[in-house]
Parts: sequence; C-alpha cells; structure tokens
Amino acid sequence: MSVEASTERVTGSNAAADDQLTIYERSQPGRRAFVAPATDVPERPLDELLSPELRRAEGPRLPEVAEPEIVRHYNRLSKRNFDLDTGFYPLGSCTMKHNPKLHERLAALPGHARLHPLQHPARAQGALELMWRLQDALAEISGLPHVSLQPSAGSHGELAGVLLTRAYHEDHGESRTKVLTPDTAHGTNPATVTMAGYEVVKVGTDANGNVDIEDLRAKATDDVACLMLTNPSTLGLFEPQIDEIARIVHGVGATLYYDGANLNAIMGICRPGDMGFDIVHFNLHKSFTQPHGGGGPGAGPIAVSERIEPYLPRPQVVRRDPAGAGANGGSGADRAPVYDLDFDRPRSIGRLRGFQGNYGVFVRSYAYIRSLGAAGLRDVSETAVLNANYLLARLRELGVLKLLPAAYDRVCMHEFVLSGGPMKRELQIRTLDLAKRLLDHGVHPPTVYFPLLVDEALLVEPTETETKETLDRFAEIVAAVLAEAREDPAVARGAPYTTPVRRLDEAGAARRPVIRQAL
Amino acid sequence: MTRYTSATDADRAEMLAAIGVSSIEELFADVPVSLRLRDGLSLDEGLSEQEVHAELRALAERNVSCDDEISFLGAGMYDHYVPALVDSIISRSEFLTPYTPYQPEVSQGGLQAMFEYQTAICELTGLPVSNASVYEGPSAVAAAGYIAKHTNGRRRFVVSRGVHPHAREALATLARAWEMEVVEAPLEDGLTALPELDDTVSAVVVAQPNFLGAVEDLAALAGAAHDAGALCIAACDPLPLALLRTPGECGVDIAVGEGQTLGNRLDYGGPSFGFFATTEALIRRIPGRIAGETVDVDGRRGFVLTLQTREQHIRREKATSNICTAQALNALAGVIYLSWLGRRGIVELAELLVRRTDYARRTLTALDGVDAIHEQPVVREFAVALDAPVDAVIARCLAAGINPGYPLAGEGYENGLLIALTEQRTREHIDRLAEVLGEAVAAERDADRSHAGVSG
Repeated sequence: MSVEASTERVTGSNAAADDQLTIYERSQPGRRAFVAPATDVPERPLDELLSPELRRAEGPRLPEVAEPEIVRHYNRLSKRNFDLDTGFYPLGSCTMKHNPKLHERLAALPGHARLHPLQHPARAQGALELMWRLQDALAEISGLPHVSLQPSAGSHGELAGVLLTRAYHEDHGESRTKVLTPDTAHGTNPATVTMAGYEVVKVGTDANGNVDIEDLRAKATDDVACLMLTNPSTLGLFEPQIDEIARIVHGVGATLYYDGANLNAIMGICRPGDMGFDIVHFNLHKSFTQPHGGGGPGAGPIAVSERIEPYLPRPQVVRRDPAGAGANGGSGADRAPVYDLDFDRPRSIGRLRGFQGNYGVFVRSYAYIRSLGAAGLRDVSETAVLNANYLLARLRELGVLKLLPAAYDRVCMHEFVLSGGPMKRELQIRTLDLAKRLLDHGVHPPTVYFPLLVDEALLVEPTETETKETLDRFAEIVAAVLAEAREDPAVARGAPYTTPVRRLDEAGAARRPVIRQAL
Repeated sequence: MTRYTSATDADRAEMLAAIGVSSIEELFADVPVSLRLRDGLSLDEGLSEQEVHAELRALAERNVSCDDEISFLGAGMYDHYVPALVDSIISRSEFLTPYTPYQPEVSQGGLQAMFEYQTAICELTGLPVSNASVYEGPSAVAAAGYIAKHTNGRRRFVVSRGVHPHAREALATLARAWEMEVVEAPLEDGLTALPELDDTVSAVVVAQPNFLGAVEDLAALAGAAHDAGALCIAACDPLPLALLRTPGECGVDIAVGEGQTLGNRLDYGGPSFGFFATTEALIRRIPGRIAGETVDVDGRRGFVLTLQTREQHIRREKATSNICTAQALNALAGVIYLSWLGRRGIVELAELLVRRTDYARRTLTALDGVDAIHEQPVVREFAVALDAPVDAVIARCLAAGINPGYPLAGEGYENGLLIALTEQRTREHIDRLAEVLGEAVAAERDADRSHAGVSG
C-alpha cells in the first residue's frame, strides 16, 4: 500500500478516536453487565461481619458498562492485533507454528477445565495419567529419563534447571560459583543465572558461528557449575562439536543444560540426552503448539538424567503398579496402575509454584503428540528445517542476501540469521525500518536485533506449518521492500503506514511512564 | 506430511532443488552420525483428530470435576462462575495466537488490554504500579522476595503461616539459592503473630485473607515491617479486595496474588495468572512486562511495552528478573471479567461471598463435633476442626456427592477442614453440606467409640 493511501486513512476518521477509547472511558454510572445471584442467606448487616476498620471506604473504580459494549470494545481491540491465524509470523526463536483448533476444544472439556487442583489424586486419575504420559513422551523426545512438568514457562524451566545444578553440587559437597553462557544466548539465560545466585561467564563464538572451543576450555574451570546451551544455537546452527563440548563441561564436573527454545529443529532426528545434556527444558508453547496468547501462557517442563532426578521439584507425578500385580494379581481392574502425586522427595529443590503446573497447556501438548506420533514429529522437524533452508535459498535467488547476508554461510536448521549491516550502509535503512515496512505488507517481521553479536540482526523462523507459496511470497516482499528503499529510503524509514497506529514514541513512554488510566 | 504441514512430495523436490541438495538428510549434515536416531522415536503412531478427541475425552471423564460434585474445595483456587463473554473474547484468534507485543504498531489490542488490566489491578490493590501479570500466585510471592533481597540486601524473610503453603515453599526454594533464611511466624487464634523483627529482616510476607480464611490487620503487619526497615509483601485474594482496606492503604510495599478467581478456569491448577503491584519507589525493580501509554508519529494515542531496561532481553544478567513474557491471555480474561463485574457488581459479589461464608460457618459450627478453628472475620473461606478423623469424614461426604473441603493436617490441624464458598455454592448446597457433614462426623464418632469399646 502506498504512503498516500495510508495518509488518507490517518486523516479520515473520527472513528479512529473512538477506537482508541479505553474500557474506562466507555463507562457511565449505573450501567452494568453482572447481575448477582439472589442473596439466599440472612442479610446480616455487613458491619457485623466485617467491621468498618477492616473495610475500604470506596470500592475499586472498575468500569460500568453493559455486556454489548464490553463485547464490542474487546472485539474492536482484537482487530488491532496481528495474529498467527491470519498471517505469516516468522518470528525467530519463538516457533510461531499453527495452533490446532482441536486443542482448544479438548482443554475446555469440563473434566479438564473444571477439575480443582486439590482434588484427591484418586479422583483425578485422568489428569494424572495424561501428565504421566506426557512426561513419558517428553522423556523419549529428549532422551532423558525423568521429567517434571511443574515450571510455568521457559524462563521458569531454566531457573529450575540451574537450581537443580546447585542442589546436585551441594549434595556432593561442592560449592561452585559460575555458570557459562554463550554470547549468543537468550537474555533469559544470564538473567536466570543471576537469579539462581551464580555469576555469569560468557563464552565466545568462533568464525563459523559455533561455540569457541578454546574459549570454553579456558573458562571451564572447577568453580563452574554449568554450561547453558541452545542446540541448534540462536544462530540457527547445529553445534557439530557437541561431543567435545560435553566432554569439556563434564570433565570439570559441571552440568550441561539444554535450552529447548530450538527443539523444533531436531525432534525425532537426535536427542539432547544422547548429546550429553543433563538437564533440558521444553517450551510447550513453541515446539508443542500451546497458543502464545499475546505473551503467555506457556509451560516449561524439564527432563533430567538419573543423577539429577533426586532433586526434581515436588510433587512428582508417578505411576504406581498396585501390589500383587505380578503373576498372581487379582482381576484386571485391580491390576490397573494408579497415578499419584509423590511428595516424599527429601532431596528435592522444593516447589517452584502452586499446584501441579499449567495443566491446560499439558492437555494441548499431549493431544499434539498423540496426533503426530513418532513419524509426525520427525516430519515437523524435517519440514521446519526444509522451510528455513528453502526460504534462505529463495532470498539468495532474489538477490536479497547481497544486502542482507546470512550471518554464517552454512546450511541452517529451523531458522537463520541475516545481517542488515550492508543494507544500512548501501540503502540507508536499518533493520528496524525493514521490519516496520514489512508490516505494511501484512506479514509479521522476524525477530530483530537478536542475537546481539550480529550487526543489525534479523532472525527468521518460518516453521513447518507454512506453505511453499507463503515462503515465496515473503521472499518477494523482502525483495520489493529493498528495491523500494533503493528508490526512496524515506518510505521504509517512515513505515508503517497502514497499521492501526504508526511508529510510537517509546522513549517518551519510558521517560514519563503512564501505566494506568487516570480515573 | 502431517495434517498440520503442507509440503507435498512435489514441493519437497522443488524446494530441495532450490536449496541445491538432493535429500532432507543432507540438511542435517552438521548432526554427527553417531547422534542420529536410527530407529526413530519410540512413540505411538499418530491418530486422526476424532481419535485424539475420543482419547482425551475419556481421560477427562476419569476426573471428578466441579461439574460432577458439589465442591467446597478452595485453598488457593476457587470454582467461580466464568461468564460466557470471557470465553467468547479470549478464544478469538487475534488474542489467542499472537506472540508478545514486540511490534506495537500491530499489537495495540493486546497492549491496550494490558494497560486496562494494570489499571484494574491498581484499583483493586490501591497501589500505583502494576505489571502485565506473572506466572501465577505462589511464584509471584517468590518474585516479590527477589525484589526485597535487591532492595535492602538483608538475609531473612519472616513469612506468616497464613501464607499459602505453596507460596511459602516457592519462596523457600529460591531463598536457599540466595542464601537467605526463611523464618515462619505462627498463627495465633487465626491471625499472624509476628516475632520480634530486627534489621536482618528483608521482608515480612503475609496473606490477606490468610490460609485459614481470616482477615488480617494488614496495616499493623505492614507497620511492624516498616518499623524494622523491612518491606511488607502481601499475597492477596483479589475478589475480597473489593471490600477490604487495600494493601496500598495499609502500607504494603508489594501486593501479589493468584488471579485465577478473575475469570479463569480451574484447569487443575493452571494456566492462570499472578498479579503484581507495588509502589512508585519500586517501579524500576518490578519483574516482567509493563504496558505504557504514548503517542505515534501522527499524534494518535497508542500503547507500548515500557520500562524495558529492567528486563532480561535488554539487561541480561543485570535484569530485575528472568521472566520473559506474562500470562497475557489469562490476564485478558481477568480484565474482561472485572469489566463484566463492574464497579458495583464486584462489591455485590464480594458481599454475597461474605454473607454465604458467614451463613456456612454458623450453620456448620452449630453441628455436634464441628468447631471453628478461629473466630476471626472471614470473607470466602473458613477453617473448622472436626471431632472425628477428617479423611474418613471426607470419604463419607464424597460418597454423598459433596466435596466438603481441603484437609488441614499438613498445616498442623490434625482434623482441620478448610471450606470455601463461591457464588456457585447456594444456601441449598450449604444446607446439604451441613446435613452430610453432620451425619459423617456423627457416624465416625460412633465408629470410633465402638472401635474403642472393642479394643478397650
């Protein structure tokens, strides 16, 4: 769409102003959506039940709006979002794959959705069996035998993993102080290390985009507790020397931690456990299709090796085979296994959160694994890698890589990194400008300015659920934006034009934070 | 090809040719041969959509949900009614399927909803700063502890036994890594009895109402914390805050809590959201996302993620937390629900809870063998002690289709029972509970006596 067309839209509307009202600004005294059930118990004066000293003088100033306006307000808001069900979303490291509709229906079944988390395990056998089966599948996929589903998100899984490392070393009479992270790591890795009470030591990247083995050797000292690694890395590259990395790390008695952000590249191809990793976290909202929800919820289960198992969070979902289940067992029903929560874990790091984890996410991820099976999961990773390499090839064919070269000229895995450095020098537009101009073409931009070590980085992850036609079209759009910028870089620098709002004053927002409505 | 992927054999051939390789295998050349799975994963083969539906429905049917019994279970999550408009709105693709709003120009819907949510949380808590939500309730208490550690560097937390046991444990898990000590403050007659506080105390952690359902004197607890130079962290149940003096008014520094009761399903414990509110003084230490209002280049109102220099993707090891995103969809359900309740409705709902809870407490404690554990004011939940083995009494109630509540043996009340109300538990349900519980206690006392008679 042209600049002129978008300007027309900008200037044309009082409707836009109405679109920008908050729910509080739609409030009128006396309106309501909620009608309370009749008070069917004696109406004792409130003062007798709760003395005035315990009560607030004025209730919270929530909006006063009837149902039609609430629905219209949030439906209108929804239309100011870009979403995966509508368009291509190649956001690197986030694995924006299709979210099957079946999963929402399953999670909403009353037996799942209205199950109280403190229901006695004997009355929650379906839920516990589902969790046990999911644990079992994740153990197989990761190649590590023991799984805890408890962590709430990837970052929470990382925290669990580093705390497990601490517990393991302390139990062996060791006190270590450092954790190694590559300079390509996600920001959550170093933040987690600090939160778990360790010091971060960065390991460099070599000229091919791999972990700098000599740097690792130098920094892997006996006060190092752990190396946190993503494989494939955040550069979208598989570490071919993973065996040597594991040897070095284990050689100094440290644990090897697998950040599962990029698991989508290797399911059914190879397994972190076989690579020597001791602890893995999964992002069920990435590889296993929990919808991202505009920024949560997710879930971050962890899988660990035998030596780490005693320290897993409490409680653990376990399967107990009933006594007498051997040759002389009773009837079929008596021999059925029983699923339970095991709290008796004296060396556990303890709880990380309430209850048993994000069960609604487990329902969706388990359904996904059952839908695909072993062959389907392998197809997912093969197609994710095929799509990424094909998109890279298409971009090369269209000449895009002359201005946006691949940061490392290798076969990539499920995602790849381009550098906008040459584009910036030759066309005078930055990666940010390119990203904003892509919005006008109805695609979500890739991740930008990450990984940090690549100049003007773009991290592109198409995922397996996109068609060849979608990839072709994206490549053509990028080429068109670059051609347009060669003619007139101001267009990209002023983009976007067609979105509900245009570039926003983020610096001003941070300088004078307005983070709630003045009421 | 699976039903979620589209690459046909023809597509593959064309794509491989464009890449310049002859097989998919070549794309995995960097994976050492010794690591490649030769026989594939040992998982069952995939199923059709209807088969998966049948399997997961069968699992669901093996759970006893709040659809299947009259449940008075609470203790951290509550069976409130979720209005239909919440389901309708949060299942829209535009809210369900985007990622976190890194491109604000195409994320105004989500960002504005966060801003509206933050406003609602500030109204409930009486504090001026709210983030866009965190994982859930108990881990929010631990996250608040992390702020306290960084704010004053002291080495102890004083945590009330009135704080949910899962929250106490989540804080203790992290406190060990921080080499900090957790000291528990007992409940006396249902209320927190703080020990002497000195300058080693980083934060005092309390709950409102507390785990036994009692309404605490939050102002006195916060005052005691401040007198010792410590922060006061309060884990709050958000619905009763419609009636109670706000944490902000009481001087609490950080108010957190479980947001499930605000328009979210039970879901066997998650996903839900945690809310996290604090003072202006601590705004730059708060974890997670915050949405802020601003303008675009044409002067139009818009919203962005703001104060991001606290966060892991910018500050890395110096970040105030490792948390990456929020629980955006659950928090959206929260703000829709609060808009549905509205300014008067939330007060009416909270008053109904208070009255039904009072009625239930008076009715049940009038029974033989059922005594209040404390006489403090309660708003939605209360604790009783049974003069009979609690597990056996619960079993008898379950057989009659009533789940009477959560046993408190783990909290040191041997035959204690925690009973929760919501607007979905009517007087008729309460009367039925009284009937069933009374009979169950009487039967177990009789059984106990006859057993004692035999063995004595």
